Amino acid sequence: MPIVLHRVDERLLHGQVVLGWGAELEPDRYLIVDDAVADAPWEQELYEVGLPDRVSAEFHSLDAARALYTEWSRAPSRAVLLTRLPSTMRALGAGGLLRGVPVNVGGIHHAGAREMVLPYVFLGPREREDLRALAEGGAVVTARDVPSARAISLERLLDG
Amino acid sequence: MSDAPLVRGVVVGHGGLAEGLVDAARQITGVDGEAISALSNRGLGPEDLRRRIEDALGSGPALVFCDLRMGSCGMAARRIARERPDTAVLFGVNLPQLLDFVTHRDLPLGEIVERALERGRSAICRDEEPDGAHADRSAPGR
Repeated sequence: MPIVLHRVDERLLHGQVVLGWGAELEPDRYLIVDDAVADAPWEQELYEVGLPDRVSAEFHSLDAARALYTEWSRAPSRAVLLTRLPSTMRALGAGGLLRGVPVNVGGIHHAGAREMVLPYVFLGPREREDLRALAEGGAVVTARDVPSARAISLERLLDG
Repeated sequence: MSDAPLVRGVVVGHGGLAEGLVDAARQITGVDGEAISALSNRGLGPEDLRRRIEDALGSGPALVFCDLRMGSCGMAARRIARERPDTAVLFGVNLPQLLDFVTHRDLPLGEIVERALERGRSAICRDEEPDGAHADRSAPGR
């Protein structure tokens, strides 16, 4: 079980992910794919604070993540992969890299032209296009904030 | 009381935690919204949460009480404190800590932080019974 969760969440590594999903999936490491954070050591320290002792966090640029993805997916460790934006997950999945992979939308909040679809998912034209393209590339996109919640299909998200 | 500006407190937490704590502190002490205010991260992205905390802090010395060190509330507060002068952040907020804070806002910020840490920690305790109390109550003939 190499990458046990692919998640789009603006907050990246936070309580819902570490305590909610972490307790359910018991990952060994979090793979944060974000160009800005990959280049900001102080931001990385923020995210690392409070992680369980046995769990690590790694910060990678999109380009590095695409180069490492196959290695990650074959690794024996259990990883949770996080992107801040749908566009980053879409770019990661370009060329069919995420074909057949479940992608969890966990938190896209209000900003600009985004409108509420779920209490934790706000979508504008750009986010809709990115999620649609992600699914067309073969990823199985659903929304769910915490493991105990019911998964919401992409169709319903885009209809919302 | 000194002429120094009073320290403002902002409690930031998940769900309704902050509102509940601040409501309780106001009920017990009668302090107003200038002394302490509450913010929830519910439905807010990182940037919105940061803006709301900054608005609540105002311009003077401030102390941000967060529920968790890890998480969007703690992270937003730490990002602000990195750039805003006279701003401190504490994690693991509890009611006894807030009650002490609202009655000592005239102290220097550093001193308030030390008090808050001590009060917050010492408030978490067990109900110690005197030695032999259980034995006495369960003794035959009682």
